[in-house]
Amino acid sequence: MEYLKKYPKLFQWLFLLIVFFALCFAIDVPETYKFIRGQAEFVKDPNQSVYFFLGKEVRYYAFDVFWRLPPLLGWLPIWINDSLFFLMNEWMPMEFWNEDTQEFKTRPLLLEISRNLTSFMTFLIELIREILLGGLETIVAFTSWDFIDVYPWLELPGLPWTIVAAGAAILSYKLSGKGLALFAGLTMIYISIFGQWKPSMQTLSFILVAAPLSFIFGLGLGIAAYKSKRVEKALYPILLVMQTMPQYAVLVPALVLFGVGDHAAVIITMVVAVPPMILLTILGLRAIPPEVIEAGRMSGCTNWQLMFKVLIPTARRDILIGVNQVIMVCFSMAVISAFIGAKGLGFNLLLALNQLNIGLALEAGLCISLIAILLDKMSLAWANKQTDYFGNLTFFQRNKNVIFFGASFVIGIILAYVGTFIFKGSFNYLFEIPHNKGISTADFWNKGVDWIFDTFFVYIKAFNTWLIQDVLQPMRALYLRMPAVATLVLAVGAGYLIGGIRSALVVAALTLFIALSPWWDRALVTLYMATFGVVISCLIGFTVGTLCFQNKKSAAFMLGVCDIFQTFPSFVYLIPVMMLFGITDTSVLIAVIVYATIPATRYTIEGLRSVPVGLHEAATMSGVNKFQRLTKIEFPLAFPHMMLGLNQTIVFALFMVIIGAFIGTEDLGQYILKALSDKNGAGIGLTLGICVAFIGLIFDNLIRTWVGKRKKHLGID
Amino acid sequence: MSETVIKCESVYKIFGENAKKMLEESNGNVDAKTFQERGCIVGVNNASFEVAKGEMLVVMGLSGSGKSTLLRCISRLTDATGGKIFIEGQDLLELNNKELIELRRNKMGMVFQSFALLPHKTVVENIAFPLQIKGTNTEESISRAMEMVKLVGLDGRENYFPRELSGGQQQRVGIARSLAVEPDIWFLDEPFSALDPLIRKEMQDEFLRLQEKLQKTIMFITHDFDEALKLADRIAIMKDGIIEQLDTPANIVLNPATEYVRKFTEEVPREKVLIIEDVMDASSKDNLGDLKVSKDEIIENVAEKILTQEKLVGVVDSNNNIVGSIKPSKIIDTVFGGRKNGS
Repeated sequence: MEYLKKYPKLFQWLFLLIVFFALCFAIDVPETYKFIRGQAEFVKDPNQSVYFFLGKEVRYYAFDVFWRLPPLLGWLPIWINDSLFFLMNEWMPMEFWNEDTQEFKTRPLLLEISRNLTSFMTFLIELIREILLGGLETIVAFTSWDFIDVYPWLELPGLPWTIVAAGAAILSYKLSGKGLALFAGLTMIYISIFGQWKPSMQTLSFILVAAPLSFIFGLGLGIAAYKSKRVEKALYPILLVMQTMPQYAVLVPALVLFGVGDHAAVIITMVVAVPPMILLTILGLRAIPPEVIEAGRMSGCTNWQLMFKVLIPTARRDILIGVNQVIMVCFSMAVISAFIGAKGLGFNLLLALNQLNIGLALEAGLCISLIAILLDKMSLAWANKQTDYFGNLTFFQRNKNVIFFGASFVIGIILAYVGTFIFKGSFNYLFEIPHNKGISTADFWNKGVDWIFDTFFVYIKAFNTWLIQDVLQPMRALYLRMPAVATLVLAVGAGYLIGGIRSALVVAALTLFIALSPWWDRALVTLYMATFGVVISCLIGFTVGTLCFQNKKSAAFMLGVCDIFQTFPSFVYLIPVMMLFGITDTSVLIAVIVYATIPATRYTIEGLRSVPVGLHEAATMSGVNKFQRLTKIEFPLAFPHMMLGLNQTIVFALFMVIIGAFIGTEDLGQYILKALSDKNGAGIGLTLGICVAFIGLIFDNLIRTWVGKRKKHLGID
Repeated sequence: MSETVIKCESVYKIFGENAKKMLEESNGNVDAKTFQERGCIVGVNNASFEVAKGEMLVVMGLSGSGKSTLLRCISRLTDATGGKIFIEGQDLLELNNKELIELRRNKMGMVFQSFALLPHKTVVENIAFPLQIKGTNTEESISRAMEMVKLVGLDGRENYFPRELSGGQQQRVGIARSLAVEPDIWFLDEPFSALDPLIRKEMQDEFLRLQEKLQKTIMFITHDFDEALKLADRIAIMKDGIIEQLDTPANIVLNPATEYVRKFTEEVPREKVLIIEDVMDASSKDNLGDLKVSKDEIIENVAEKILTQEKLVGVVDSNNNIVGSIKPSKIIDTVFGGRKNGS
């Protein structure tokens, strides 16, 4: 009894676990139960029962309701599909003027909007692409194909790669200094020499369109949310879901609305990249000291002046961090949107992976990563750069970067011209090195992969078999053995114990949605893979983080490593693991572990770092040794922040598990991938995406609530 | 009394959802406790006073006493819940947004505790900011800002960014910015509280020098009683949103209205606050010695001279007419006497 009073929480948790296991053992596995076919997937089967729920037909295998809930939400994907179809093809028909046929035509509103948006995006992308690579489309857009036939010399020539490289180096120099300039120059030279110029510039043009548009929309919506509570409340759930929504899943509805190609990719990238921009804009604006706002008001600012002359410049740093986030998301999407036909490095990467040409994939992946790191560093440098004062500088000092760029522009053109004489009859290497005509190390890597396979095949296979048979399969079986009701009780109970009735209700709603969808089994498989990844990642991350924290230099070094790894588009992680482990679940899980270890490590170091110096000194003066200090002071105080790291780890792991479907897994991701090639896949894809997002949100809600309470309890913020 | 610039009539500021309704129901008898029970916090409770042209009113109170809220009501950074505020006869609460902006652009200047400088602008750009907001062209606003830079003694640093300046220098920029549009009314919200004691004293002296030159109508907020005594023409002491006493420094020290005010005045060195006029005997003008002192002298400055005298010391006004006398023993009484029993 005494213990009960001392640790009431502990007993509550024990009680919850007892109920959970009791339910697990009480509810037997039905004899007819089989994985995958265990629930309706809208395949008609004589063993299925048919019910009517809210006028919708529900088919499922008549199990014990406690074992698996009937898929009452099975109609949702179909309904989404029908609604989309209706909106696109039938809703609000209106008369629109058609330029080509010179007459009015009746079209549904949304279709027309989608068309105009599409052609606008295509125009923007082509414009930038042709500045970088040359082409005719832009001129055609202003005139016509006939016009080009008459004046064929009008074709945009494209910039020689030397000029782009010089431009990147000069811009980096202006933003950061010599180091970054050198890196920029080398990156560009590498890309060019290895014959990846064209796809790289295609990817770059995609990003140069998607990132500024996302920035403008994000900033605008962020300002609106800052100004009006109502807008913020309306945006909040969308922002929340988008944070945990796998990027794959958004692709599918985009296919329906905008078709296939770069333009659809840009639009969908905006959908993914705008939410973090909104969040950071709100964050930045909220952090402005109230006195600065008052000072602006007392200076007699109108609302407009206050926003653009006081608030936004003051919040500049956070907003530019948002730009950095936007760029990172754009890179990640540049690869993934290759699935819906965006050109560029991502497409090459996907193609190479499909052909199992690891060497080629590695080269493309390296290019993406290098450009991503470059743009990441550049935008961060921009964010941290303080404005300079130019008052007392000479004209040359003020404009030296422009002058240098002008000079390199001229030199680049001369070089390209000279090149036409040197490389007569072959490609002009000083203008543009064509794709696959540069140096390639693909063969070397492929041979390396073959060698690894030949040499270590036995060991890798043994490890693989052991992992799959002795660890993964039993774990998976355990997860699938959970009756739906037991899982629900566990989730809701945990919600109640952590955050009271409110959390319990939120968690219950989220879990129920997944349980009532036709993909509960798949969700369990997703969850098991994510759990495995998260557990290992946290073990590694917390240990590495703690060890690195012991020394300032190693901590800074580790954070730097985390930064660079985080910059890689998630898809790139699949390349090296496929090199080593081929197409197995092990590959996916290792990619998950590598990817998810980043936040675990980062948050551990940051959490330990945030322990106040005063406490350190107080502890040292009370004579604790290093180990005692770690266990008694640093860990308890850093623990809430480490838990936020766990939260991120879960989100990262879920993302990677879903992306891993590309290699072939049995989870929700595989179905999303399937939906991509299905003409009626939009509803399924979106519903599956929401399911994954909800798994993430359940943990997000529980962890954040706990952390919030804990931090309040400890009095830290 | 010269013309009134700021006039407040029973100003209330109550935070909370039903503040307005509850204020109406209470009929002006606002009790902080009952309001708090119903979820409202009283910021300013029935403040009425006037500030004359060229006068410096210092509002003194500890943190949470509502002094900053009162200032924000008068600058209309927040809207008062009840009462009336007149700026040069104009009803402030009746102004629409446009008129309010016009008023701020031409009549008001404000200095903030945390300086509130714009981090992305240089010193001179910060100072020119209110002018540019007003629509003054760049050249004129910059040259005007440069005058202000000289006025506050920051010449040579006009192209620095706020982050490159010390706290005292930053507040000089804040002061210069608030003066750039040549406002008639000057609000200062704890301008020197964030500064080191030495710098603070220097800034106070500088401030007095400026005010001598500019003769603005000033509302100055502080939590430092010494600062209030040093600067003020009149002091308003606030507690829990209520103005406990509003009077000249001398009267507050000599005749504290409430127990709360008395506690503040106990430790005050009177000789530094009071002037001869406050302690002189206006009725006896005969039997004077040779020494004459001006009635506006602070006691501290003349005490030594008076104490060497044996006879009565004559007190003269600015035209050298005798207006009263003072006994040397009275000085001793004032400095040492009143402290223990609160005179």
